[in-house]
Amino acid sequence: MRYLPLTDTDREDMLARIGVSGVDELFSDVPAGKLLTEPLDLPRAKGELEVERIMGRMAAKNVAATSVPFFVGAGAYKHHVPATVDHLIQRSEFLTSYTPYQPEIAQGTLQYLFEFQTQVSALTGMEVANASMYDGSTGTAEAVLMAHRVTRRRKAVLSGGLHPHYTQVVETLSEMANDEVVALPADVKASEDILAQIDDSVSCVVVQSPDVFGNLRDLAPIAEKAHAHGALLIAVFTEVVSLGAVTPPGAQGADIVVGEGQSIGNALNFGGPYVGLFAAKSKYVRQMPGRLCGETVDADGQRGFVLTLSTREQHIRRDKATSNICTNSGLCVLAFTIHMTLLGQAGLSRLAEVNHANAVQLADALAGVKGVEILNESFFNEFTIKLPKPAAAVVEALAEKGVLAGVPASRLMPGAGLDDLLIVANTEINTDDDRAAFVKALAEVL
Amino acid sequence: MSETRYTKDHEYIRIEGDTGTVGISDYAQGQLGDVVFVELPSIGKALSKGGEAAVVESVKAASEVYAPVSGEVVAVNNELEAAPGTVNEDPAGKGWFLKIKLTDAAELDGLMSEAEYQDYVKSL
Amino acid sequence: MLNRQGRPTQAGDAAAERHETFTGNRALQQIEPLIFEIGHHETTGVDIDKPAPFKSRLGKHARKGEIGLPGLSEPEAMRHYVRLSQKNYGIDTGLFPLGSCTMKHNARLNEKMARLPGFSDVHPLQPLSTVPGALDVMLELARYLMTLTGMPAVALSPKAGAHGEACGMMAIKAAIEAKGEAATRNVVLVPESAHGTNPATAALIGFSVKAVPARPDGTVAVEDVKALLGPEVAAIMLTNPNTCGIFEPQIVEIAAAMHEAGAYFYCDGANFNAIVGKARPGDLGVDAMHINLHKTFSTPHGGGGPGAGPVVLSERLAPFAPVPFIHVENGKSRLVEHKAEAPEGNDPFGRMTAFHGQMGMYVRALAYMLSHGSDGMKQASEDAVLNANYIRAGLADLMSLPFPDHPSMHEALFDDEWLKGTGVSTLDFAKAMIDEGYHPMTVYFPLVVHGAMLIEPTESESKASLDLFIATLRDLAIAAKGNDKTRFTAAPHHAPIRRLDETRAARQPVLKWEKPQPVAKAAE
Repeated sequence: MRYLPLTDTDREDMLARIGVSGVDELFSDVPAGKLLTEPLDLPRAKGELEVERIMGRMAAKNVAATSVPFFVGAGAYKHHVPATVDHLIQRSEFLTSYTPYQPEIAQGTLQYLFEFQTQVSALTGMEVANASMYDGSTGTAEAVLMAHRVTRRRKAVLSGGLHPHYTQVVETLSEMANDEVVALPADVKASEDILAQIDDSVSCVVVQSPDVFGNLRDLAPIAEKAHAHGALLIAVFTEVVSLGAVTPPGAQGADIVVGEGQSIGNALNFGGPYVGLFAAKSKYVRQMPGRLCGETVDADGQRGFVLTLSTREQHIRRDKATSNICTNSGLCVLAFTIHMTLLGQAGLSRLAEVNHANAVQLADALAGVKGVEILNESFFNEFTIKLPKPAAAVVEALAEKGVLAGVPASRLMPGAGLDDLLIVANTEINTDDDRAAFVKALAEVL
Repeated sequence: MSETRYTKDHEYIRIEGDTGTVGISDYAQGQLGDVVFVELPSIGKALSKGGEAAVVESVKAASEVYAPVSGEVVAVNNELEAAPGTVNEDPAGKGWFLKIKLTDAAELDGLMSEAEYQDYVKSL
Repeated sequence: MLNRQGRPTQAGDAAAERHETFTGNRALQQIEPLIFEIGHHETTGVDIDKPAPFKSRLGKHARKGEIGLPGLSEPEAMRHYVRLSQKNYGIDTGLFPLGSCTMKHNARLNEKMARLPGFSDVHPLQPLSTVPGALDVMLELARYLMTLTGMPAVALSPKAGAHGEACGMMAIKAAIEAKGEAATRNVVLVPESAHGTNPATAALIGFSVKAVPARPDGTVAVEDVKALLGPEVAAIMLTNPNTCGIFEPQIVEIAAAMHEAGAYFYCDGANFNAIVGKARPGDLGVDAMHINLHKTFSTPHGGGGPGAGPVVLSERLAPFAPVPFIHVENGKSRLVEHKAEAPEGNDPFGRMTAFHGQMGMYVRALAYMLSHGSDGMKQASEDAVLNANYIRAGLADLMSLPFPDHPSMHEALFDDEWLKGTGVSTLDFAKAMIDEGYHPMTVYFPLVVHGAMLIEPTESESKASLDLFIATLRDLAIAAKGNDKTRFTAAPHHAPIRRLDETRAARQPVLKWEKPQPVAKAAE
């Protein structure tokens, strides 16, 4: 019981001080017969060494990204994270602190939230950003609700290039709230006519770029038509590193920008925890979900930071809150903001350039494999290839050869007739040898 | 001549002809603390007595302001957007929220007079 | 002992005065500018080689303007964030008695396990044949959660408590729809004492909220619930143990009344740490309950997340659990990622999040559970309850208890009745605790108690720590009653910063750093 400081003597003394004869007297409100008398059917306490053995055995059954040529993306990306990041986020004062409700002893958290908000604003080209959402997908659903509040309409149009999981999260929440969703079919080549969907009944249009197939999309015409009809453009990205190389959504007229921030500072973690980035035009700030950190002064006039505009939030507004979100992604925000601070714009631009260069190199090499077709006109670090065989089987065969080749479109969109498509990502982590291994193995499998 | 009437929720309405100016009482602003934001209705909106007319926010609280009587919103105090603190400094004057054109003046009968309201506040 | 260096060994007259320093720093407390004030646009703390020339495929989408973000070199970044960390209070700093938040010890073993490459460095969409160990973790965590709660199913994917609430309430809505009652059952009962996420969640999903009054003893009465029941009621959202720190004595009757009326019982599991191994929600009639892994199962709060909010479900809600989930058949486990792939008898209501939820938190929570075991988890809950009641016993003669008739569970609730006439508010009292080296308790929550102070010490405190905490609060309480006002109203005096002007922050929101305008230009 290494985590429990009380001794049996302590417990006896304390019970006596309270004036009860045994601890179960403190549980006297538990209805008769409902208080458990026997330990539950689970293993007994274990020492550190034994726990490490058990957990280590489970971990060892998985193939880690770093151990193989790795090309899996589609919403989560393997990037190199500087050692400094993981060291700093494990400092006790960050790791074991709470939401900064007592600002006098939480200026560390509050200042990095303020810095994070500024970084996200700059990256996305937006006026204001919040202190994070759970991840990109839930942030997208929140953005749709926010657009409904702003426009007082209840119909969202989702691009067929939006990550299918994001689409499903939006659909689930909208269905529950009795809001309408028009989700366009999977749009492999960014050729859908989304403009035709926009009319005066539409609250928002949700478009991802780079999209789930890796295509870069032109958002400006969509923003223009949306605005002409009183609707909002919600721009989504799942690969934040792309913003080092491409025109940010804020420069294309987006009203709300939502992104997955995992790529910066955060590990793959089999899907979570990640960090949702959320930015908007400042005129909509009071309709934003989530926490906001603001600058102010203390009683001596010294600069300090506090959580602000809290009347939007559930702990004050209750059933009229802009969202039910409470706990968000604090420590993942810290990892993001430290990594972004280490990069700076110089490092981010360079990182993005290397990602793009590697992806272009891989695309060119794959295009030389017989039967393989690259479908993208433009892309950043991810693209979609068409194979002469079902992609899922090809990926399994490549995994056996020690190459994790990408995400079969059918994994995300089963039954959509996209079985021969493979979504391939190439970040800075793969070497020329890794790419060569992929190309060689693919040629063999096909 | 104007006459001011009060609700139990601490809204006041100052009557001038068929129009009333609505705000919150000095007692109410004191209870709320520093007002940081006021959300006002759009002009032309039809309000019904007791329905939500505006929202007033302090740092740690948000309160609905209810329409003391039914009617149409004919003016709102846009000055509050830039200077919400006016509600604290001068609730009965420059800190007004909105003007309403009454649909039924008889609704005023159910509201408290200045003296009645002062007694009511003392009883809280 | 001889001192051969001529170095003074006495404290001297150092205590005589405190002067302003040249830097504004105070020894270990350093004033730290924003990264935007110390970094440069050309600086970077990473070394990445420029790629060989290549033909861009960005097309017309290539970024034109610069981003406008400074970088810091590695030593500068290290120092910046270390200095920031020193302005924070954490569990590792001292007692963190934040009621309803369960700030217990965060074992570093759990951090180490979460960072094993087999867990941290696996992609959610890599072939399932390459991640059997990840599915093992999910299955094992699910088994623990189901056993501890006595519930037959669990949806793991929700990202935090409020997200779990949404998941549970969506399952309830789906079940109601399946019965064809969606149009009529649209009211959710929520006690006035509930956490704000409860009504916010109900409203999010399109329910309207009806408040259940609080009884004078801090509990919810079954008669009050019954009086509100009707064919329009979909569910009740009840926290147990409740936000006043009391185990709801009529919980079984309330559950039965809900079920009899064709409605469901959602339990907010925020306070589950009081009863792990002592009572099972499944035995009490609960239909759905979220579990905050970041409270009960010690995954770190991290300054406000990330959390994880798995939801345990009753037999009647289990078929509606969202994707993804692991289906086990004939000893083989399969990850179900799409509605259409759901096994017979399942009708998932949808998806809560991309991918599979908070794997990093699953690993940490499981490491905690394995370490404690069934015996240790029961002991932890008993100690948490014992510690709270010990604090209550140590303070009850000086501070006032709004609900003295029930024992406290893992948190002791006081009101501000005892401060009346002192000129000291609950907030002032909390800020004075900061000067004494403590994080304040939860204040002004629950809303049903005036000037509430909710103290949750958790099982992680030793008796010596509790004794000092009690003695400190007693000293403060006596000072408050003795008109030592400035110790409170101007507190904190010794924190890195003094009380902040929250009105100014809200009236003129400054939500990001802006480059200061040159004076001449600003005057234009």
